Amino acid sequence: MKMNGARIMLECLKKEGVDTVFGYPGGTVINLYDELFNFKEIHHILPRHEQAGTHAADGYARATGRVGVAIATSGPGATNTVTGIATAYMDSIPMVIITGQVPTALIGNDAFQEVDIIGITRPCTKHSFLIRDVKDIALTMKKAFYIARSGRPGPVLVDFPKDVQMAQGEFHYPETVEIRGYKPNLSGHPRQVEKAVTMMLDSQRPVLYVGGGAVLGGAAEPLTALARKLTIPVTTTLMGLGSFPESDDLSLGMLGMHGSYCANMAMTNSDLIIAVGARFDDRVTGKLSTFAPHAKIIHIDVDPTSIKKNVRVDLPIVGDVKDVLTKMIKQADKSKEKLAGFTTALAPWHLDISGWKEKHPIGYKQSSTIIKPQFVIQKLRELSDEDAIISTDVGQHQMWTAQFFKFNKPRTLLTSGGLGTMGYGLPAAMGAQAAFPNRQVISICGDGGVQMNIQEMATLVQNKLPVKIVILNNNFLGMVRQWQELFFDKRYSSTCMELPIDYIKLADAYGAKGFLATKPGEVESVIKKGFKEKGPVIMEFKIAREEKVLPMVPAGASLNEMVLNA
Amino acid sequence: MQHTISVIVENDFGVLSRVATLFSGRGFNIESLSVAPTNEEGLSRMTIVTRGDAQILEQINKQLNKLIDVLKVLDFTDGSAIERELALIKVAAEDDGRAEVLRIVDIFRAKIIDVTPKSYTIEATGNPLKIDGILELLRPLGLKEVVRTGSVAIGRGAKGWNG
Repeated sequence: MKMNGARIMLECLKKEGVDTVFGYPGGTVINLYDELFNFKEIHHILPRHEQAGTHAADGYARATGRVGVAIATSGPGATNTVTGIATAYMDSIPMVIITGQVPTALIGNDAFQEVDIIGITRPCTKHSFLIRDVKDIALTMKKAFYIARSGRPGPVLVDFPKDVQMAQGEFHYPETVEIRGYKPNLSGHPRQVEKAVTMMLDSQRPVLYVGGGAVLGGAAEPLTALARKLTIPVTTTLMGLGSFPESDDLSLGMLGMHGSYCANMAMTNSDLIIAVGARFDDRVTGKLSTFAPHAKIIHIDVDPTSIKKNVRVDLPIVGDVKDVLTKMIKQADKSKEKLAGFTTALAPWHLDISGWKEKHPIGYKQSSTIIKPQFVIQKLRELSDEDAIISTDVGQHQMWTAQFFKFNKPRTLLTSGGLGTMGYGLPAAMGAQAAFPNRQVISICGDGGVQMNIQEMATLVQNKLPVKIVILNNNFLGMVRQWQELFFDKRYSSTCMELPIDYIKLADAYGAKGFLATKPGEVESVIKKGFKEKGPVIMEFKIAREEKVLPMVPAGASLNEMVLNA
Repeated sequence: MQHTISVIVENDFGVLSRVATLFSGRGFNIESLSVAPTNEEGLSRMTIVTRGDAQILEQINKQLNKLIDVLKVLDFTDGSAIERELALIKVAAEDDGRAEVLRIVDIFRAKIIDVTPKSYTIEATGNPLKIDGILELLRPLGLKEVVRTGSVAIGRGAKGWNG
């Protein structure tokens, strides 16, 4: 049956199991939207800005593990997606972004709303395609989805000219796809696994250092099993939170710049670091030359470029983390006797760790007059559902959430770790809520970031997406203010927001509910009221304005040189 | 240290740009680059001469391999390849200089491909070091224009890159 290119595109999305897309119409996607008008299998959500649409697709992908899909028109529509694409790229999130493009005959002519979006996004996409012929749509989409979700996932951009959308063609979706230059190595080499387990059983002070790869690779289960079997303590990066239950005694919490004292001390004193889907980011390692000076390093990653990029590695294992960890468990089972001796011999190491935990636990000074942001986060954990999905923006509230929320399940924290994108949280929560209409989705924001995509309140209300927005309002760009306080003599250059916003009225203007807490005593009741609402809600907390995120490893310092109280 | 890398790529739209973006975005250095189609349909071969220590070279290799359009990366650093470059050299040649140019051309087994009363244009091929050598000798006579292709390289022995 003949159909036009726009319809073929929608049929491809259907074949890929896409049920929700986030998109914004415009001149070069009007044909696609015309087909979408009657295409009931795909639910289309209209954000109020293409950046938010891309973040929503990202939030959808992070919460579900499936490929998120965003649509934008050519030119400004396409350029507005760039921050969302770069955010997804840095955190390895599977996404397909479809951008309209001017008709192929006009490409390169500086046509109205023409931009070389493939060129612009080349450094922040896993791959990109320009579809030049209606015959190529199906194969291109098959490849795009395969590339986006396999190996180390990432965003793939498909540029879709208007004349190709209008051209008539046959629709045949390929069953399989073969890309000769793309063969991700998923299976961990058995010899490397064997060597790794030997190294682990020979170690005295091992640490599992776990990153976002464990969440993306669905490896929470084997990770937890392996850690418990060998009684190896686990620290995670921001992106790894949720891959190992923080309620477990073996959990050290997050490491790095705002990580726990015990996690950073454990890394510094360790004799064996087992890196699982993590990439030794500068926020994690601190000063490289003094990072983990006594440790051998085993590095498991599906992406060979991550290995030995920043630190020396003694044993690399390229492969899917779930596969490798599962093999490690089997391998450890083969050495039952050694295993028993090993866990007994770890007692002094566990003692060191509990000593560090007790010495400087993550904490804060409670106040009876001013709301402490950490207290709000703790209350949110206490009062929210066990499987609640949390999104954050970027800055102090993000770090407080990472430190105090205590994540126990994978895919329950959506946060921009690599790029650090302010304005990410609200639209990401929107995407997660669209995927899980019946789960509690909470967007924890600061008053800076929330305003970067506040227009999405309209999308939430219109689509009945009951996201609970928590604003920790200190009327500052708090993280930068904290740096200015500590390193720039309190010269608060452009970090005070000055104009106070009435967020309750703002919620009202969008047709949502708003609740305000100004005293610690009001925190619990505001959260309870907010959670009880059927629709989207803003819960605003006026917090201690100059509260700092601590502990902190200053930029360029070693992990064990933490500022604990400042 | 200098390295010569051959990259087998899909002859796709934008592939050169992807490779170039990778090098510039990660601060890797390109000393020379040559690209042309191969005997296999749809495939092109790039020869890239770059500079960096072992760790940088490893990253370059891995990052190139990560590109979807890259089929294979061949690293010829260990001297396992024959490297050639072609240069077109326009050199001033008047009076006594004319004979001197001819002598140098002869020594380097190069060819004169264009002649005017004031100049010779020379075609020289060989290992890049040989090209450096002829240029060194011609420089005092007055180089007017030099065009070099950059290295191309092929592995020694009976096997092709694909076995």
